[in-house]
Amino acid sequence: MLAASVVGFSILSVLDRRILRAAIYLLFVLVAISGLYFMMNYQFLAAVQLVLYAGGIVVLIIFSILLTSQINSRLDRPKLSHVLSGIFAAFGGIALSVTTVLQFTFKPVQAGALDVNMRTIGLHLMGTGADGYALPFEVISILLLAALVGSIFIAKKSNT
Amino acid sequence: MQSEIPLHYMIVLSTLLFFIGLLGVLIRRNLITMLMGIELMLNAVNINFVAFNHYLYPHRMEGHFFALIVTAIAAAEAAVAIALIINIYRRFATVSVDDVDQLKY
Repeated sequence: MLAASVVGFSILSVLDRRILRAAIYLLFVLVAISGLYFMMNYQFLAAVQLVLYAGGIVVLIIFSILLTSQINSRLDRPKLSHVLSGIFAAFGGIALSVTTVLQFTFKPVQAGALDVNMRTIGLHLMGTGADGYALPFEVISILLLAALVGSIFIAKKSNT
Repeated sequence: MQSEIPLHYMIVLSTLLFFIGLLGVLIRRNLITMLMGIELMLNAVNINFVAFNHYLYPHRMEGHFFALIVTAIAAAEAAVAIALIINIYRRFATVSVDDVDQLKY
C-alpha cells in the first residue's frame, strides 16, 4: 500500500498542472517513502527523511512557488513532442531496467541483522576506523556551509 | 514479517519512481517542477541504497550512510536551486526555462 501511494502520488505530482497541488503530492510521496524506511527498521533515516525532506525541502519549494507565481495559475500544457519523448524515455528506461532486475538473482549475505540504533549510528559516523565515516561527514558539512553561503550570496540583491 | 517483501519489489518501485521523476523533468518547462522531478529521482536512489543495505548486507551500514549523505546533498542542492530561481525570477519575471535565454545582460 505504501508502494502504491508512492507511485500514485508521484505520478500525480508530475502530471498535475496546478503547481501548488503538485508540491503537496510531492509531500505525500516523501512521507510514504519515510514509511518505507520505518518498515525496514531504519528509524533514524526515516526521521531524517521526514524532517529534512517533508519539513524542509517541501516548505522551501512551496515558498518559492508562492514567491514566483499565482496560487491558481496553471502550467502551460507541455508540447506534444516533449510529452512523447518524455514518455518514450521513461517507459523505455522502465522496461530496460525492470527486465534486467528481474533476471538477476540476488544472493543475500547470511548474517545477523545489525540493530541500527542511535549509538551505533553516532559511533560509525564519527569513527575513523574501518567502518568510520568521519571524512564524508566533514566533507558534507563543508559542502553544506558552502552551499548556504553561496545561496545567500546569489539571492541577495546585487548592488551594482 | 515485513522483510518477506522481496527485494525485487523495492527495486521495481524505485525504478518506477526514478523514471516518473525523469518524465517530470522532461515534460515540464517550469524550473520549480523540474526541481521537484529531481527530488523524486534522488529519493528513488535513496530507496535503492536502503533496500540493498537492508536485504543483502544487513550486518553493515554503507547504504544507510549513503542515503543520509544523499539527503544532505539534496538539501544543499534545493537551497542553491531556489536561490537561483528567485534570482532568475527577479531578473526575467518568469521561471520558464524557454524564456530564460540570456547568460549575461
